[in-house]
Amino acid sequence: MSKSVAETRALVEKSLRRRQWAERRFRAYGLGAVLLGLLFVVVLFTSVFSQGWSAFRQTNLTLEVFYDPAVIDPEGTGDAETLAVADYPALVRAALKQRFPDVEGRTATRQLTDLVSSSAANLLQARLTADHSLMGKHETLRFLADDKVDQLLKGRISRDVDEADRSLSDQQLLWIDALKHDGVLSLDFNRGFFTNGDSREPEQAGVWGAFVGSLYTLGVTLLLSFPIAVATAIYLEEFARRTRWTDLIEVNINNLAAVPSIVFGLLGLAMFLNIFGMPRSAPLVGGLVLALLTLPTIIIASRAAIKAVPPSIREAALGMGASKLQMVTHHVLPLAMPGMLTGTIIGMARALGETAPLLMIGMVAFIVDVPHSLSAPATVLPVQVFLWSDSPERAFIERTSAAIIVLLVFLVAMNATAVVLRNRFERRW
Amino acid sequence: MNAATESPAAKAAYTVPEASTSPETKTVGRVTVDDPLICARNVDVFYGEKRAIKGVSIDIARNQVLAMIGPSGCGKSTFLRCFNRMNDTIEQARVAGSIKLEGQDIYDRRQDVVQLRARIGMVFQKPNPFPKSIYENVAYGPRIHGLAADRIELDEIVQTSLKRAGLWDEVKDRLGAPGTSLSGGQQQRLCIARTIAVNPEVILMDEPCSALDPIATARIEDLIDELRASYAIAIVTHSMQQAARVSQRTAYFHLGDLIEVGETDRIFTNPRHKLTEDYITGRFG
Repeated sequence: MSKSVAETRALVEKSLRRRQWAERRFRAYGLGAVLLGLLFVVVLFTSVFSQGWSAFRQTNLTLEVFYDPAVIDPEGTGDAETLAVADYPALVRAALKQRFPDVEGRTATRQLTDLVSSSAANLLQARLTADHSLMGKHETLRFLADDKVDQLLKGRISRDVDEADRSLSDQQLLWIDALKHDGVLSLDFNRGFFTNGDSREPEQAGVWGAFVGSLYTLGVTLLLSFPIAVATAIYLEEFARRTRWTDLIEVNINNLAAVPSIVFGLLGLAMFLNIFGMPRSAPLVGGLVLALLTLPTIIIASRAAIKAVPPSIREAALGMGASKLQMVTHHVLPLAMPGMLTGTIIGMARALGETAPLLMIGMVAFIVDVPHSLSAPATVLPVQVFLWSDSPERAFIERTSAAIIVLLVFLVAMNATAVVLRNRFERRW
Repeated sequence: MNAATESPAAKAAYTVPEASTSPETKTVGRVTVDDPLICARNVDVFYGEKRAIKGVSIDIARNQVLAMIGPSGCGKSTFLRCFNRMNDTIEQARVAGSIKLEGQDIYDRRQDVVQLRARIGMVFQKPNPFPKSIYENVAYGPRIHGLAADRIELDEIVQTSLKRAGLWDEVKDRLGAPGTSLSGGQQQRLCIARTIAVNPEVILMDEPCSALDPIATARIEDLIDELRASYAIAIVTHSMQQAARVSQRTAYFHLGDLIEVGETDRIFTNPRHKLTEDYITGRFG
């Protein structure tokens, strides 16, 4: 020994200080990374919520309308055909003019009626069709205000801008102020946003159509990808012998997980639409494409979960005389299920947010109706976000953010379900 | 699935079940017993190219404990796992030679492994209860083999098995508790209860006490001695004291060869082979 005990201790102490410093530094890096990540999340959420929150409230205009028989049914036939094609916008116009009697001329009248959403006429028609006795009566109704009025009340249209650069004229501003003064303009909960399909008119546009489309699409995806992926994982892990073929399959599954999603969209277009002749824009096809996309993710996670089941459990089961299938279904599967569910939820979350492949199979179409079947034309939430973010109307800005909020809530709900399921399985060990 | 029955070498081995060279010439001591339950003849186990067991022949007698001892890596566990075909699960493993359970070749193509493992139970080195309740652990075997007609009968099987494994008094109030919540020794007795619940003819034990403390070990050893009245038992052990305490016959393995077999008393007092003597006197191993 060339060094004395004291020398050795001094050296150890010196290196100790260095190690402790290195450890503290590393912890600081880690904490910094976490904080940075949190910061971005906070920024994202603040920006989305501050933009989108206002879309959950919508300006309404309360007007008294007169179901004027002279306008609706001048001949007094009373048949459905006449009621269907009657000039309902004229009733709305009349109701507005009743409030502002001194408005004269085509342009001014047009500007005045522009304050009310075009859905007002549809509402009147629907009410009269449902209840013929309304004919010739007065009724006070709440109509959707036009999106520009809504934006003005929410402070998103500035009054200070020059009239030419403003989407509302000075005259319109005066009317709006008068209406506000009379207390007939009100900001209420925007039910239409949650019950309507898409629309060109921002005040009438809702996410329900896209939501249902997402639900259908993801339903198809889950029903296809989960069983196929679990069966694949079980077969590859528990039954298949290691050969060159299984190696090839494994490599390809891993590669598929990394294939850009647009490629799957093109595959779907070529296969499902062109060869099999499936309907365009349908949740069924969207679900098929997304199933292709999520399969590798779920397979990989499921295989890892199966691998993590201790071999001693398999030996115990086989040693008891369980067949291989019994070993898998009684022991391996219950133990691997939490991991499989985690993989599934990661895959489904990715599928929920996927836009590009759905553009390829036509789910980007403008669809007003809420889809009622798997083959009906539909769109999905992220595509809806994409469509609205592309729209020129100012009111679509807040709706884009609101749709993102709905998408995020959907995602959180889905993840929560998975966590609950996973905990239930884990409790059964 | 089964490598042994599929490979040509294995098939060739089945056509000559009796040893071409007398087993006695290689192994010291008498490998046969009167009225054997299991006869193993010229058993070879290959892991890929490696020959892990080299032409071992031995009989397992009824109502007797056969201890297999030997240094680490001598192949005693591998050999034990031939009896219930657990080596089938290892892809590279190939078994040649013949093992007969009451005259019936267990490596025969028509032999169903599920049925075989119901007849030949196994207790593993590390206690491996299922992550289910104590009750479910014991009830599992009877359930998959359809041994109980109804719940009452199943309850009865579970109770008797736990009693015979000496665990009943400790767990009767918490049969619903997870099997993994028991102590190591209790877990191993639970595994034994689970094995005897299907009423096997043979119990294979692969170092059942190596993960246990001395008190738990003593309980298991007592249990083995009791179980001998009903079952043939083959036990692999690292502990020579354990072999001396629980077994009636002892087989000494060395690098895949069966070196010596004999009455346990005789082996430990008067080993005939030099390797056996060196091992039991603690010169190596």
